Amino acid sequence: MVNILNINTPINKLAEISIQTEDFDHGVEVDLLENDNVEDGAVVTFSGRVRNNNLGLKVKGLFLEHYPDMTEKLLAEIIETAKQRWNIGRVKVIHRIGQLAIGEQIVFVGVTSKHRQDAFAANEFIMDFLKVKAPFWKKELTELGETWLEAKTSDKEKAQAWSK
Amino acid sequence: MIKVIFFAALREQLGCGGTEVSAKCASTVAEVKDALGEKDEDWKNYLANNSLLCAVNHEMVQSDFIVKSGDEVAFFPPVTGG
Repeated sequence: MVNILNINTPINKLAEISIQTEDFDHGVEVDLLENDNVEDGAVVTFSGRVRNNNLGLKVKGLFLEHYPDMTEKLLAEIIETAKQRWNIGRVKVIHRIGQLAIGEQIVFVGVTSKHRQDAFAANEFIMDFLKVKAPFWKKELTELGETWLEAKTSDKEKAQAWSK
Repeated sequence: MIKVIFFAALREQLGCGGTEVSAKCASTVAEVKDALGEKDEDWKNYLANNSLLCAVNHEMVQSDFIVKSGDEVAFFPPVTGG
């Protein structure tokens, strides 16, 4: 099953993941998921942006650090697990690093599938596991200064819920 | 030698992105931590944080994981991306 999917998917594994400092164009990413892909009727995308508030404090910006190579490896594993669990076509995961201002895009997850259920579920699954597995760390700049964010129990529970 | 790297809050606490530990001084991840703690009392305290995670050669491991010369050992806080 996985082999059949790979033959139908012209985007190779490396192109599925991008860790980058520069911004991305949501429209271009959707086009890349859709171009020459008439077998998939569903396209589900998620993008995460920098909020101006967190835990009651005004946020001025974020700094994102990551562990190069390990990040790509873990994201590839998460995508592979999603492909085994759902019947999905193309996948794209983009995560930005470095200094980000309010309103800037941080993360993009796009998934295509024949029918909507697979793309919806796989997109949420990839995002949930990215949050708890991929080695990224956020430092928040607030009115009180700089603080490294603490991991949330709710994110851990959300990822664990997929194995129930 | 074993290459050791630190990320995020831990990197800032230690004031250092990485170092090396002789494979003669440490055969497990826990022993790598002990060897690093011997350098300095502050390092010992920061590395004693129970929430710290460890990866060896990009694989998440527990503290009893066996390490050898040439390995890359990374210590870091729980991840907060997305």
